[in-house]
Amino acid sequence: MSKIVIDPITRIEGHLKIETVVEDGVVKEARSTGNLFRGLELILRGRDPRDAQIITQRICGVCPQSHGVAAALNLDSAFGISDKIPDNARIIRNLIQGAHVAQDHVLHFYHLAALDYVDVTDVARYEGKDSALNSVKDFISRGELGPFTPRYEGDYRLPPEVNRQAVAHYIEALEIRRLGHEMVSIFSGKIPHSVGIVPGGVTATPTVDMVTSFLWKLRRLQDFINNAYIPDVLAVASVYSDYLEIGVGCRNLLSYGAYDLEGNKADYAVRKRLFSQGVTSADLKPGKLDISKITESVKHSWYQDSSSGRHPSRGETKPEYGKEGAYSWVKAPRYDGKVYEVGPLARVAVTYANGDPVMKKLVDSSLAQLNAPPSALFSVMGRHLARALSAKFIADSMEKWLLELKPGEPTFVEYTIPEEGFGAGLTDASRGALGHWIEIKDRKIANYQCVVPTTWNASPRDDNGTPGPIEQAIIGTKIKDKDNPFEIVRIVRSFDPCLACAIH
Amino acid sequence: MVKELPIVWLQGAACTGCTISLLNSASPTIKNILIDQVIPGVHVNLRFHATVMAGAGELAIEELEDTAKEKKGEYVLIAEGAIPTATEAVYGAIGERDGKPVSMQTRLEELAGNAMAVLAVGTCAAFGGIPAAAPNPTGCKPVSQILKAKGIDKPLINIPGCPPHPDWIVGTIASILLYGLPKAEDLDDNLRPLAFYGKLIHENCPRRAYFDEGKFAKRPGDEGCLYELGCKGPITYADCPIRRWNNGTNWVIGAGAPCNGCTQPEFPELTSPFYEKLKDVDLPVIGAYWLPDKEKK
Repeated sequence: MSKIVIDPITRIEGHLKIETVVEDGVVKEARSTGNLFRGLELILRGRDPRDAQIITQRICGVCPQSHGVAAALNLDSAFGISDKIPDNARIIRNLIQGAHVAQDHVLHFYHLAALDYVDVTDVARYEGKDSALNSVKDFISRGELGPFTPRYEGDYRLPPEVNRQAVAHYIEALEIRRLGHEMVSIFSGKIPHSVGIVPGGVTATPTVDMVTSFLWKLRRLQDFINNAYIPDVLAVASVYSDYLEIGVGCRNLLSYGAYDLEGNKADYAVRKRLFSQGVTSADLKPGKLDISKITESVKHSWYQDSSSGRHPSRGETKPEYGKEGAYSWVKAPRYDGKVYEVGPLARVAVTYANGDPVMKKLVDSSLAQLNAPPSALFSVMGRHLARALSAKFIADSMEKWLLELKPGEPTFVEYTIPEEGFGAGLTDASRGALGHWIEIKDRKIANYQCVVPTTWNASPRDDNGTPGPIEQAIIGTKIKDKDNPFEIVRIVRSFDPCLACAIH
Repeated sequence: MVKELPIVWLQGAACTGCTISLLNSASPTIKNILIDQVIPGVHVNLRFHATVMAGAGELAIEELEDTAKEKKGEYVLIAEGAIPTATEAVYGAIGERDGKPVSMQTRLEELAGNAMAVLAVGTCAAFGGIPAAAPNPTGCKPVSQILKAKGIDKPLINIPGCPPHPDWIVGTIASILLYGLPKAEDLDDNLRPLAFYGKLIHENCPRRAYFDEGKFAKRPGDEGCLYELGCKGPITYADCPIRRWNNGTNWVIGAGAPCNGCTQPEFPELTSPFYEKLKDVDLPVIGAYWLPDKEKK
């Protein structure tokens, strides 16, 4: 029996430690520890409710936009205007979030995950004329290879041509994700931490030059997703085909849905969205989403036990570092008492399970190219594939939305902040189901709770002792070389964890 | 012979927004910065940055600790995020030593002690920012206070902003490479480079004429100055109006939203509520006689 401790897990957002116990080369036990608590929920108390939209974006600088959307939906609902947001504003919110999420997926595959599979040092042997690759070759020849080494050594399997193509795309992807941010900025001022989405709608007034500028940046983003991102994911998945079976996890998936296609229903759990709301499991049958079934456990988290098992609308955040049996700052959200994974895999699978024809074709044709069954979705490569398809599904939808904008028509509806009230805002962020809950008293924030995608995925054991999704995905994995535990970091990164989000 | 400038990027109580903003650098691009010679003859050697580096766990921590020893006095330490100090600094840890978590505070103290200079990137590192906002649940402090308490006397430059514009970060590094560490007269009282933080948003705002005319927006989307919608431009030092964000695409007020004062030491406490008009502020550099009647002093 031996221990493998990886602290920090790099190439994710934030501070995560993974600790495993390995017996006969197989992981018997896994613990996921979030290492930074800031207490943003406590900081929000007593403030002007409208400020939640600005402050909660600071939960995470990688995916601030989704917090902006969740906060605005939350405040819209608390202010009683969730069914009165003008179509222009609904669409602009979708475009802002869509551009942000699509570039975030590109960032994840190339800049966070790819170095687990792609060998940058091999470019030293490149003999061609590509200027980007030659600049990498020059960089390698100078001998200081940070941040590309040190690294785990051994399991880099891509053929030289595929590998070099991926390195070239790593560099191109830096520009593409910056371009995605420019798209966000058109309607939302700046990013990270943008300003355009507010309760009541958006601040920007669409104009024809914004529409055309967005359109042609979108075209370039789509081109990259179609001709680089998806082919690269398929190429990596076919070479590392054992990872279509590694990192299966809990096989319960939950999505809040995202991108409102209608604005006249107050209830976010039932309004028509591009990605469907719901749950699904190994059988990929659709299940309805019932928000009242969400609870957060803290028995194994550094919070007072008295706050365990509550619905987030009545949730509490009472830190207690060093509590016996606890090992993480991440709480443990559960749905109907069970462990659920969230993320692109969940929203793609739930949308697929609900029979969306476009999504069905995307998933089925990709699996056919890999010669893999639908069960292969529940894996390291399944998550990467779902993320790429999520990016495509969003990007391909944005052109239509963009052309539905009506310059000159309203983007904002007036409201009054109530003396007292409750709200809930639900969306699917880059990394999965994101919920914000608010209680207002005396026109101030009395309580604010966030249950964030990585809170689900990186959660520790719950009150029943059941490990969280990442922990479950690691347990049972065969580790080929304990000095270079590729399997563990590849599994963890397939979830695209964001720890600043998870704990906040 | 290409000179290597080692950089260690440490993340404390942060959201990684400053890092992502740096990735948005347009000219030079982030590829130019990390792979190419960002200034002819100099390569930025990013030895430790948890968000982008290949290695994990002990490999990564060894790289961090080796750099502090082997490159003593040569590397630039960039700190992102505030530093949690409450309850013996248990709220934030980076890696382990002898099986025990090492606090962010200890990491900062050790790394700053051996650095050539320290850049506090972002408002959290520079001034405390959001995690230090009331009730400051984790006792977050800015880098300057940690260094002072520990008697670490290293050149410190603050590059605030939530997040900072990539040009402010890259420009400061390039300035060190080209012209050496900034002199006292290159920085303001808050240790911000005057090159980027020398003027108020309000001084260069394209909506300034509305302010001077007394034409104020009443709700988002209106024409007019955003002062009454809570704009903190009159008390905020940064060059956003002329530099603009995301490769010059837009900026906060360009999207019809009020500036929330994110480059200021007062952010967020005294610049919020963000959508309420500034109160009790002696507005500098402003023709106060043009204020609406009720505002006149």
